[in-house]
Formats: sequence, C-alpha cells, structure tokens
Amino acid sequence: MRGASLGALRAFALTLTAVVCMAAASEPSERLPDPAQEARARTLFREVRCLVCQNESIDDSQAELAGDLRQIVRKEIAQGRTDAEVRAFLVARYGEFVLLKPPFSVGNAALWLAPAGLLLAGGGLLVALLRRRSAAGSAETAEVDALSAEEEARLAVLLAGDGHDCAEKGSQEDPPA
Amino acid sequence: MIIELGAFALILALVFSVLQTGLSAVGGARRSAVLAGAGRGAALATFLCVAVTFAALVHAFVTSDFSVANVAANSHTAKPMLFKVAGAWGSHEGSMLLWCLVLTGYGAAMAVFGASLPPRLRAYAVAVQGALGIMFLAYTVFASNPMIRLVDPPVEGRSLNPLLQDWALAVHPPFLFAGYVGFSVVYSLAMGALIEGRVDAAWARWVRPWTLAAWSLLTIGITLGAFWAYYELGWGGWWVWDPVENASFMPWLIGAALLHSAIVLEKRGALPGWTVFLGLAAFTFSMLGAFLVRSGVLTSVHAFAVDPTRGVLLLMMMGVAAGAGFLLFALRAPSLNSGGLFAPVSRESAIVLNNIVLSTATATVLLGTLYPLIREAIDGEAVSVGPPFFNLTFTPVMLLALAILPAGPLLAWKRGDAGAVMRRLWVALAAAAVLGLVTYGLIVPRKALASAGVALGFWLIGGALAELAERVKLLRVPLAQTWRRATGLPRGAWGTTLAHAGMGVFVLGASFETAWRVEQAQALSLGQSFRLGAYSLTLQDVGTVEGPNYLAERGKVAIVDQAGRLVCAARPERRFYPTGGQTTSEVHICPKGLDDLYIVLGERRAGEGGKPAWLVRAYVNPWVRLIFLGPLLMALGGAISLSDRRIRLGVGRRASETAA
Repeated sequence: MRGASLGALRAFALTLTAVVCMAAASEPSERLPDPAQEARARTLFREVRCLVCQNESIDDSQAELAGDLRQIVRKEIAQGRTDAEVRAFLVARYGEFVLLKPPFSVGNAALWLAPAGLLLAGGGLLVALLRRRSAAGSAETAEVDALSAEEEARLAVLLAGDGHDCAEKGSQEDPPA
Repeated sequence: MIIELGAFALILALVFSVLQTGLSAVGGARRSAVLAGAGRGAALATFLCVAVTFAALVHAFVTSDFSVANVAANSHTAKPMLFKVAGAWGSHEGSMLLWCLVLTGYGAAMAVFGASLPPRLRAYAVAVQGALGIMFLAYTVFASNPMIRLVDPPVEGRSLNPLLQDWALAVHPPFLFAGYVGFSVVYSLAMGALIEGRVDAAWARWVRPWTLAAWSLLTIGITLGAFWAYYELGWGGWWVWDPVENASFMPWLIGAALLHSAIVLEKRGALPGWTVFLGLAAFTFSMLGAFLVRSGVLTSVHAFAVDPTRGVLLLMMMGVAAGAGFLLFALRAPSLNSGGLFAPVSRESAIVLNNIVLSTATATVLLGTLYPLIREAIDGEAVSVGPPFFNLTFTPVMLLALAILPAGPLLAWKRGDAGAVMRRLWVALAAAAVLGLVTYGLIVPRKALASAGVALGFWLIGGALAELAERVKLLRVPLAQTWRRATGLPRGAWGTTLAHAGMGVFVLGASFETAWRVEQAQALSLGQSFRLGAYSLTLQDVGTVEGPNYLAERGKVAIVDQAGRLVCAARPERRFYPTGGQTTSEVHICPKGLDDLYIVLGERRAGEGGKPAWLVRAYVNPWVRLIFLGPLLMALGGAISLSDRRIRLGVGRRASETAA
C-alpha cells in the first residue's frame, strides 16, 4: 500500500518536470542588434535541442542551459560563422544529440531514406498488383464489359435477392457520369 | 466504503471479463446461441462493474477523500469542481481505469448493438474484446489500482498540475481514449474474421461504422490537445512532433487508411488482407501510444504519469495482443480471397495510393519517433529526431496524397476516366492556382512554399465542392432538381465532402500560420507600448487578483490598429499556484476574424529608471482558427457518414432475414 502511494507520488513528481513556459528565445535582452542575423539565429534555435529539457528546442526552453546555448549560437553568428559552421561547432562540443535534425550520415541513412524507399516500394507493389490483376482478368473484364442492359437488370435483381442491398445501393453509389 | 465497493467491482469486472471470453469463445466454436448470449451478458456485466469503479473514483475526487492515495496525489479541496472530476483521469492509475471503462464500454456496445453481425463473428469478436479486457483489467487491478487507501491520510491533497487544470484538457482524455480504444472493436472484429477465416464485403460494412466512430472521436481528441497546447502553454505553437503527439497521430493515420480501404472492400470485395491488417495495426498503434506515453522510454515535453516498471507491463500487453493478431493474420492471410479487378485509373487505385501514402507517413512518424532508441541500441550513439526531420519527410509525403485527393471521389470504380475527371475539376484547379498566386503576390514577406500550401488548401476545398456539385448536377439541371438531388444524397456523400474540405481548411490554416506569424516581445513599464505588425500594444495596468486556488498578476494591454481604434483590451495573467509552487501563464487571445491576437504576460523585472516592467510577448497568428476548425469539420464529416442509412443497416437486414 505504501509502495503504491509512493509510486503515485513519484509519477506525480515526474509530471511536474513537464511544467514549462515556452518561447524563451524572444527575450529582448538576448537579441542581436542585426535583425537578419537575429532571424538566422532564431531559425537555428529551432534545430538545436535543449540538452537538459524534456524534448524542447532552445528556442522554446527557459532552462539556463538553453539560454547559454542561445548565447553561443548568437555569438557565433555575430562573428560571421555560417549556419553549417555553427552546427558543426555545437556537434563537436555536445555530440549529435544536440541537433533536432539528425545530419545525413551512414548511421542516419536508414532514417532519411526510409520514407522515400517505402513510398517507392508501395508504388512498385501497386504496379505489380495492377499488372497481375490485368493479366489474370483481361478475359473476364471483356466479358463484364459486354453485359447488355437486360443482363445488368437481371444481375441487379439477383444481387438484391441475395439479401445484400447492392441493387438499391448501386443506383445511389454509381459514380457521377 | 464507496471506494471499497469500487475496488470490489473492479475485481468482479476482471472475473466477468474472463467469463465473457470463455463463454463467447466456446459459444462461437460450438455455434451455441445460449453460450454466446451468456458471453454477451458477461460483457455487459463487465462494463457495469467498471462503471461502478469509475463512479466510485470520481466520487472520491468530488468529495476530496484524501484517504485514497490517488486522490491525495492528484486533487485539492480548493480546486474547481470540473478539475476535481477531471482529476479522476489525470493520473496513470485513473487514466488506465478510464481506458478500461471505454474498452469494456465498446465490448458492451458490441454485445448490445451488434445484432446485425453474423452470430459466430459476433461471438468471436466479443470473446477477443473480453481477452483485451482481461489484460487491461488485470493490469489495473494488480499493477495500477487507483482504489488503494493510505494508512495515514493527509489533510490536504497535492493538487493537479495547474497546466492540466483547463477545460480543453479536462475533456481531451475521454475523447482521445474513446478514439484510441475504439480501434479495439476493429481489432476484435478483425480477429473474429480471421478465426472464422472469412473476410468479405459484409465484414467491411460492419467494421466501417466502428472505424468511423473511433477515428472521428480521435480527431476531436487530438484537436483538443493541440488547441490546449496552443492557448495554455503560451508559446503559440500547436504541434511540435513530440513523441507523445506522434503516439496519438499514428493510430489516426492508420485509422484514416482503414476508413478508405474498408470502402474498397465493401464496394468491390478487393483488399481483404490489407484491410484486416490495418484493422489489427490501428489498435496496435493505440497500445504503442499507451506504452510510449507512460513508460518514459522517450523524453517528451508532455511526459505523463511516467513509470518505467509499469511501462514494461504495457509493452508486454501490446506484444501479446499484436503478436497474436499478426500471427493469426500470417496463418490466414494466404487463404483470403482478393476479388475485384480494377484498372490503373480507377477509384480503387486512387484509394490504394491513398493507403500507400498514409502507411508511408505512419511508418515515417514511427521511425522518427523510435529512431533515437534504435540508434542507441545499435551503436550507442545518442541522436535527436525533432520537428525539422518530420517537416522534411512527413510533410512532402502527405502533400502527395493531398494533391491527388480531389480526383479520387470523382473517379469511377473499376475503370475511371482521367480526362473526364479533369474536365470536372479544372475550375477548382484554376481557382486554387490563382488564389495561390495572389497569395504569393500580395502577402509580405513573399513565401513560395507557403503560397503553394495555400493553393493546395483551396484545391482540396474546391475539389470537394466540385464533387458535390457533380453529384447534384449543379447548373446542368434546373435548380429545383438540384435541390431534390442534394436532399436525396446519401449522408455518406456529405460526410466525404465535409471531411475532405476540412482537410483543405486545415492545410490553409497551417500554411498561413506557420509562414506569416508575427512575433514581438519587449519589457514594458506601465504606459509603454510596442508595435506588432499593423497593431500597437500598450501595457496600461497590472493588478493582482486572487483565484480559487491561485494568485495572479493580471495585465491590462490595450491593442489599437493603425487607425487608432481599440481592437482588443487584453487581460493576460501570470498565475502562481501555491500548492505546488508552480507559475503558469494565462494567455489572452483576441479573435480577429480567422486570426488571433495572442498576448502573454511574462515575469516582472526592473525596467528603465528602476520602475517595474513586465515582459509582454504578443503574436499575430493569421488564420490560426482554421487549424482547429479543419479537423472539427473532418470529425463532423465522420459523424455525418456514421448516421448514413446504409451504415445503420442493422435493423433493415434483420427484418429481411426474419421475413425470409
């Protein structure tokens, strides 16, 4: 009983760590004087993880470390570094973990290539399916196409008699012609 | 006493769910109507018992009975009544009890309203639903019991996290769970069909209403969560691709794919294996969500009631359910007949394409969410996968599906005519292109991608309207006849139109809001002001107010437009909750048409000349309302489809069967 209540309290304490107040990067006292550089810094902030927070970018986090990281990024930008140089600097210092956009590398190839690969595989499957279907069913399709109006009507009656309400549905569901 | 009654009822529910599974399974296997009926009765009893437990827990919260550990940890006497009630599902234990309530509720619904199902399929499905109930109820009873008493009860409770004390978040979990767990019915029906070895058009027709209901409720649940994040967290965002958000989004995507593939199965008898697979996958993703959210294996900004030890149990339960499902699927799938031939240009092909894209999108979200774990397991490297990854991968994949969406409903089954479809859509396409170009030309700063997004949004809305116009033969027959056709349209058609247009509305809002949001922040002393886009903000006054369970500083910020007219007298607050020692921002939002003026009062600091100043942050969020309106339209579309006569076919079918 004790254990359970302690568990509940611990769980509660953990939810508290999620209490955040966001958009810290808009803090006026931190801003760079040059608006273009400041805009670049803000874009970069969204790609940099606040290392001690629960999955927040340094653009959002009010943690002290996030403030330090923002200062580093702003300083680097003010010194004329490119975005890539700033990223490289951060990675050298804190590891890949600091980037919310994982760099394209051997280790991350699977991550970056999977969406396109899956899409292509799906498309390939569809093509294969259509080919097989059309090969298997070309004779059948010709027959179906040849149904006369009278046959169609008889088919509708048959289907209706089958307990399924296809006939009635068919009339409403016919694609607009 | 009431709590003990609730605890007893919970154990009784577990016993009944065992009976439900056993009786229904044997009843199905022996084709015994008596046993199957008893199984259904047990399903009803299970639900009633869980309902008693849940009512007992809510009662404990309402009466602030701090001798109950869960109430002591999550409630407080000074909390407003709504949040006392909502506190019942504000913790790990309570939320799992809510999960059980919904799960057994769906089981009871299947038992009561499933009369149109074939008796065997129904018996098997009720049995499988009971088996899920056994797992989750056993978990609740033995590992996560909310009815446990404290030996020495505290005088006052520890209260609920103040960020969660909000109406949108109070009702967010019930909707979310109704959606998540709704897919359990689809899972049970899929299992039932696989056990029986029959997946046909009729099966698809029984699965669709449950899928529609679950998906629509999940849509509302996710939208409420996004809306809460938008106005309560005070940073103006609504989606950050956090693991917890992704966990709710994956079942939604799979549910959307299932909705469409089930139509193909119902109308054309094609894709039975795939549709059953999606049915199993949807609930698997729901359970994955429950595990990800509560286990803490991934760091999340929404970390909720995290407990790693119990996380392992949740993972095992997911493994059992998914393992059993996919094993049975692997055994039975080869024997499933896939009928229905179709040409490359046909509605079937369009829907298969929709399914390919939605599945790829789901897999992308899954991979992105789990990749940090995968990399860590493979080479010990810690990596982060955040919003930039999803924006670069998920978004283009989805855009592909949305670009072809308007053509889908206009294509004929079996063999469509692309030329004819384009003749019906060119007006919508041209209008969308023009509106996109106008957006590109008029709105500063110029943004090509966002303008393309705006064009896509209008294309979706226009396409949906074009399809409706086609169905009612607008302008091609006399108006009276058009009116007759419109009133005679099946509700499912209205639902489709509304849902697809809702998607367009969402895309419009998302494009505008992300591209043209204006942000400004400055420390202001009383009387000082700053410019925000076309507006000017002045901090006029800051006073203190006392709420029921908090103290607050309340600012008075006057916003005037260029003509000097007062647009909004904003009253943003900064609240301090002494019970837990937390501070939160109460944002003030002034709606201006589709836009929001979004004002946040920050902390007090020393300003110029030693006068106190407050950090005021403000945003203009253009068309942000559409982001929340769009999904609501989608959910409404689902609800309207659900009310379609063809879906409520149970009564008619039964009557014809008894007559025959």
